[in-house]
Amino acid sequence: MSVDVGLPPAPPPAPPKAQKAVVRPGDRIFFGASVGAGITILIVLAGVALFLFIEAWPAITADSSELPNQESLVKYIAPLAFGTVLGATIAVIIAAPMAIAIALYITHYAPPRLAGVLGLAIDLLAAVPSIVYGLWGIFVLAPHSVALSRWLEGNLGFLPFFDGPPSATGRTMLVVGIVLAVMILPVITAVSREVFKQTPQLHQEAALALGATRWEMIRMTVLPFGRSGVISGAMLGLGRALGETMAVAIVLSTADVVSFDLISSQNSGTIAANIALDFPESSGVKVNALIASGLVLFAITLAVNMVARAIINRRREFSGAN
Amino acid sequence: MTLSTTRRPRRVAAAMVATVLCVGLSACADDSDDPIADSSDSSPSTSGSASPDSADSGTKLSGTLSGVGASSQGSAMEAWIAAFNEKYPDATINYEPTGSGAGREQFAAGAVKFAGSDAALSEEETTKAKSVCGDIVQVPLYVSPIAIAFNLPGITSLQLKAETIAKIFDGKITSWDDEAIKADNPDADLPGSDITPVHRSDKSGTTENFTDYLKGAAADSWSYDVSGDWPASGGEAAQGTSGVIAAIKSAEGGIGYADASQASGLGLVKVGVGSAFVEPSADAAAKILASSERAAGQGDASYAYELDRKTEDSGTYPVVLVTYSLACTQYASQGDVDLVKAFLSFIVSEEGQQIAEENAGSAPLSAEERDLFQAAIDKISLKS
Amino acid sequence: MTSPPNPPPPNPPSAQPRYPVRVDLPAHANGGPNGDTPDYPGDPISEPYATLTAVAPAPELPSVPMTAERLPRWAGWAVPLGFTLGGLLALPSGISPGLVLPVVMIVSAAFIYLWSRSVEGARYALDRLVTAIVTSAFLIAMIPLVSVTWTVVDRGTGRFDWDFFSESMRGIVGAGGGGYHAITGTLIVTALACVISIPIGLLCAIYLVEYGKDNRLSRWLTFFVDVMAGIPSIVAGLFAYALFVHISGPGVRMGIVGAVALSVLMIPVLVRATVEMLKIVPNELREASLALGVPTWRTIAKIVIPTSLGGIAASVTLAVARIIGETAPLLITLGITTGTNFNPFSERMATLPVFAYTQNQTPGIARNGMGPPGFDRAWTAALILIMIVMALNLLGRLIARLFAPKTGR
Repeated sequence: MSVDVGLPPAPPPAPPKAQKAVVRPGDRIFFGASVGAGITILIVLAGVALFLFIEAWPAITADSSELPNQESLVKYIAPLAFGTVLGATIAVIIAAPMAIAIALYITHYAPPRLAGVLGLAIDLLAAVPSIVYGLWGIFVLAPHSVALSRWLEGNLGFLPFFDGPPSATGRTMLVVGIVLAVMILPVITAVSREVFKQTPQLHQEAALALGATRWEMIRMTVLPFGRSGVISGAMLGLGRALGETMAVAIVLSTADVVSFDLISSQNSGTIAANIALDFPESSGVKVNALIASGLVLFAITLAVNMVARAIINRRREFSGAN
Repeated sequence: MTLSTTRRPRRVAAAMVATVLCVGLSACADDSDDPIADSSDSSPSTSGSASPDSADSGTKLSGTLSGVGASSQGSAMEAWIAAFNEKYPDATINYEPTGSGAGREQFAAGAVKFAGSDAALSEEETTKAKSVCGDIVQVPLYVSPIAIAFNLPGITSLQLKAETIAKIFDGKITSWDDEAIKADNPDADLPGSDITPVHRSDKSGTTENFTDYLKGAAADSWSYDVSGDWPASGGEAAQGTSGVIAAIKSAEGGIGYADASQASGLGLVKVGVGSAFVEPSADAAAKILASSERAAGQGDASYAYELDRKTEDSGTYPVVLVTYSLACTQYASQGDVDLVKAFLSFIVSEEGQQIAEENAGSAPLSAEERDLFQAAIDKISLKS
Repeated sequence: MTSPPNPPPPNPPSAQPRYPVRVDLPAHANGGPNGDTPDYPGDPISEPYATLTAVAPAPELPSVPMTAERLPRWAGWAVPLGFTLGGLLALPSGISPGLVLPVVMIVSAAFIYLWSRSVEGARYALDRLVTAIVTSAFLIAMIPLVSVTWTVVDRGTGRFDWDFFSESMRGIVGAGGGGYHAITGTLIVTALACVISIPIGLLCAIYLVEYGKDNRLSRWLTFFVDVMAGIPSIVAGLFAYALFVHISGPGVRMGIVGAVALSVLMIPVLVRATVEMLKIVPNELREASLALGVPTWRTIAKIVIPTSLGGIAASVTLAVARIIGETAPLLITLGITTGTNFNPFSERMATLPVFAYTQNQTPGIARNGMGPPGFDRAWTAALILIMIVMALNLLGRLIARLFAPKTGR
């Protein structure tokens, strides 16, 4: 396979440049080192996928009696994958509108002198380690959520999400969703802020000159311009929420079910949290089964991140913002 | 508001960096400040040179010994290691409470010199361990009562039969004023509130021992297998002992199982044994080994028990967790032999058992059991 | 992931007008009397209008006002403030504080919407409503930050003492002891992760910006670096563990294993941030250097890197902030120990996040009316961790701002 790696003197089709093609040893070494670093990264990524697959293989081929649920690997991982996606989806549903509003506030509403500080305050949310969020979720948020869960069951109980019976301790999928939302809020906000900032000044001024109010200006120029950026930001947040481990492990009350009920104590676990909870006490094929679930998680996050990046790249090509 | 939250950490952080730097300067001195340490021989010796028989006089035992295993005996292990370090300041013992499964697996693979496990080695693991170990030493050195704790305001104690407990945790009994509970507690003022059973969300030896108790003592009402993963559906799941306790505390009407030492401040269930009801206590739990049988088909140095959960002896508390200490009978280096022998002998000694009772609320072994297990530990020797 | 630190943008958002330009559309020209004084004294827009009114007699439209009636200027902040005070007054009557805040926000927004609608018309009312919503969203997002900070500070100061910084847990039973071993462990493992990540990350970024231009390898590399940034931390931990199982045998626990796991997480953050930093080095500098016959590698080493050094330092700081609080990968690769271990190539090592986690898991026994001593230690470890991460974040931004190259744009 020949890959154009871009060695400066390499491309022959430019004859005038051939004169410059004096390759000094320093250049060779430096170039080699930087290509090597890039390739190392690709190898590591491939290594992660490869290793996960090798370690998951015994579980894929194993006899059903050796598996953790003694049935099938698919039945073991499916509820976990469901819980993973459910928790992350709730997080994005909560966090994305908030993040858009916050990004708008910072870029278009807050006093310009304060904007930097306010942005930093949001970014600091990303600085809190996940273990701290877990402890906060279980000791502070969960107890406060019980009243909310009871209210939701009483008033919106006809929806499958609030079917109840509500958990008495607050260790619910709803609380997990909120904790995850707080954790991914800075991610989505940061991306949205960047694209909103890049909205061409001329568009905005033109809208204002036509008599638009600030909101009309934002609706007509900023939001359409930033739409794909916001979507990809949300996808990045989704990716982060999917892989979150410790906070979910500490907070969630799990059961082996597939349920849309967000406020009961019977929740599907998540893949990452399940690995953290069961890895220490597992042995033999059960470890391989956990790694197989890790492979599924890897595939899900990979897909989400690839879609996000593809959206960002497409926007980069067509927006003309640069 | 924002300013105050961002400024403060910065200022404190600066102080902290300074602190860390200062500490760094005095680093080496700090770690060896055990009370008796500095008087002893400080020259580094490569392996232990004192035999455990002369343990009290010899402080020359040195080297590092790492073990992995059950988190249930984590607190006791910390206390044992601390006391052991006072005796042998040059010896370092690490015990990583990652879990029984990891302990058994790594021990069987020869990755650690000793391990702790809430369940005895399986046949397959025994075979594997024998290939690196010669024979195995498997002794239950940590026996601890599992309390069934609940949160009902104004009620500090309830009497429940095994059948009732099984039905509560299986979700068959859902209200505190159920007839089955009332029948055993005629005097208690039971509320009509819902029961929230709490179990462990992580795989654990406590769950394994608790389900073993339910299966053994209430087979009619408990149809599930013995498992480290909670087998039944329903109820609340929480991570770790501390998570279970926190969940019970936060939910009025909650009930769960946890190591008795952690259950202070909650109501405790007196468990039905025969016709009496027994409170969780170290002394009552200690009697379980005496009334249980040693499992058949083991090596000389292996003491895995079939715990008698159905015991009728009214002085015995049957909801206990037993943690086995695992070691090899043969090690390749004299240093390992001395260290493992000395450390396990210390744990099994009267002093060691007392330390565990004080610091982890475990049940001390009786004199006969201690002699029995000491004899097994004495079989550890150098691989020839 | 935090956004890459940007230098002050050449065109700060402040360039936009402070308030929307008002043009009076006939449909809304039902406001107050003609010749109203402008709402905004000194408004540059109002002045020309005033002159326009004066010079153009236009007899057929004598009563069309050139400025619509607006809410008083103080309305924007006085209304929410008023309702907040009302909410605070309602607090003693036993209403939950958690309920007061959303109620105050909804009531203020509704009030200002209706008021504005009756005075200014639907379009301005909607504008004000959106302003209220957007501001409320920001304030709501501050709640968890304040709550987390408050909780950790409140519970963490209990053991925030000298002993915590000077003592390990070796030989400690019950209360006492400290996190000295965990602090040194965290510093060592993080430093080691930096030693692995910084060369790889920097060189990769240099390749992408200086050599790769837009060829196929660099496009794939950019894509996969972004994908790599999404690897769940526990998967990174599993990877590092399995890698070293093949090297050192089963049950391996060493500082270096954790450092490798952290590197997998750190490299993509570092590459992305550094690429941004290298991109803003003005091309004129490169061209000037190359034109003088300086080889490419010396141009990079002597011109590009020194120019963006501040930015690179900021990138490193932020990348460190990203990984220093990771728990899950360290739990399975490093384990925990009670003593201080300075050697990352042998045996277990304690780190602050794992220390906090295990202390919370096995808190010990409550004695003398005090809670289990492990909880206090766990919260203090969390406090120290949060302080380190926030300090690093602020430091990174500060460096980026102070040393940002003059882009000349």
